[in-house]
Amino acid sequence: MAGLLAWQLATVSAIRQETSSVRSFTLRLPRWPGHRPGQHVDLRLTAEDGYSVERSYSIASEPERGEDVDITVERISDGEVSPFLHDVVIEGDRLEVRGPIGGYFVWEAALGGPLFLVGGGSGVVPLMAMLRHRRRAGSTAPARLLLSSRHEAEIIYRDELDRLAGAGDGFEVIHTLTRSQPAGWTGYNRRIDARMLAEVLDPVGVSARVYICGPTALVETAANALVALGLAPDRVRTERFGPTGT
Amino acid sequence: MTDRFVTRGFVGRRTAPASGDVHDRIPPGQYLTTDFPVLSAGPTPRIPLDQWSLTVEGLVRESVSWTWDEFMRLPNREWVVDISCVTKWTKLDMRWRGVSVDTLLENVELVPKAAFVIAWSDGGYTTNLPLADVLNGQAFVAWEYDGKPLSPEHGGPARLVVPGRYFWKSAKWLRGLRIQEGDKPGFWESLGYHNRGDQWLEERYSGD
Amino acid sequence: MIDHTDDPTVDRVLDGNALAGLFESLFGLDMTLTPGRCANCGTINRVGAMRAYTGGPGAVLRCPACDEVVIRIVQTVEATYVDARGAAFLRFERG
Repeated sequence: MAGLLAWQLATVSAIRQETSSVRSFTLRLPRWPGHRPGQHVDLRLTAEDGYSVERSYSIASEPERGEDVDITVERISDGEVSPFLHDVVIEGDRLEVRGPIGGYFVWEAALGGPLFLVGGGSGVVPLMAMLRHRRRAGSTAPARLLLSSRHEAEIIYRDELDRLAGAGDGFEVIHTLTRSQPAGWTGYNRRIDARMLAEVLDPVGVSARVYICGPTALVETAANALVALGLAPDRVRTERFGPTGT
Repeated sequence: MTDRFVTRGFVGRRTAPASGDVHDRIPPGQYLTTDFPVLSAGPTPRIPLDQWSLTVEGLVRESVSWTWDEFMRLPNREWVVDISCVTKWTKLDMRWRGVSVDTLLENVELVPKAAFVIAWSDGGYTTNLPLADVLNGQAFVAWEYDGKPLSPEHGGPARLVVPGRYFWKSAKWLRGLRIQEGDKPGFWESLGYHNRGDQWLEERYSGD
Repeated sequence: MIDHTDDPTVDRVLDGNALAGLFESLFGLDMTLTPGRCANCGTINRVGAMRAYTGGPGAVLRCPACDEVVIRIVQTVEATYVDARGAAFLRFERG
């Protein structure tokens, strides 16, 4: 209904450093209708002279969190907004937020699985909302996350993903590290390609609901490969994130 | 100014114009930038140079076309100009090498009714200009930027540059100039942008 | 989908999800799930899956199958212009 999607003032109630260049912000909104895993919010920043910019950020937290909403932001050094969020914003600051937005890139436990998630860098954020929700909802739908990161230290939510995977409820995470690997690494060490996807998808199968998020090149390579492997195009949902590190 | 909430500490990626000479070179409502943003309406066209041509056609006695080699042999010069994009960035002293549109038009005989030029590009982009806005050194077709061949993401192999107009009039991936009697709004002019686009008169949107 | 991986600017390309807030504030509904038929090639894609070129004078949503323009959007000071001629139809489910 028109009028529901209006800008409102959120208060930053907590800030957490995820990796050296990635930070999460907890936003408390006065009128938050709840959200669905995979949705995003728009942020609007306005300078004193009226100059303003907008950005979209996926909601990282699960709907079960209640009125607080987390976003996770990678600091892009030549960006206009992320350096501001990282370097200037502190707890108590207020930010204009609009949302929740988007029904296409959404997974809820009621949709069922199997669930196949493919993420690159900060593309993992909306996928994390889906996984956190999956756990809270008590879903045992088979789920796999293939996550591409440049270096081990840059894997976002690493420890939490390991905990979720250790819960024994049918979720597994498979990493690929594209730039450097730690000594003894036996996992994938290259960019996501069709062969890797075929291998990682295999236990889950072509009836999976697929969600791919990250830089556009990664998203499109993965989506094309998965459709070629037999997944129905409308079950392969994509969200292109713009330039980030993978 | 609307009653907009101001975000504490947010300035944005802008350089405050220095006083004096530089300040006067920045059109109204613009901000100075030192980088060269890539803004596109579609995929980057890639055309092998041996398939490229530039054509002047339409209300001319005979249309003329240059292959890349022929185009490279046309008289060309360096141009150092200031550029303003309607998205509010201005970049000073951009150094290009290219062929004046005057030089291109010397190779055709314009029909008397000729009044407008439609610049058209690989990928389907178009923009329109009065003929008077591209004559007398006001426009050129550039194939080099900052001493290097113009990269595909910035419009290479060759693009139109019209420094006196917002940069959307400087069609990337230029392939032809079609001379017409009547005007025909181009890609952005037909969807809310100003038909003429003079940045000094702040002609951003239709109705400005 | 067309393979754009050799395009030097490919990672700047977004999709209909990036325009979802704009559409919802304009039309009052979430357009990302809306299927649209490309007027050029006839394939049907949800708006969320269309490739979006933004950041320039306006936003352009292109068909992932053939690259042709499906929807163009310009926001001026006073108004938002939408050209949907590139869509043979947009389908809004009732109920």
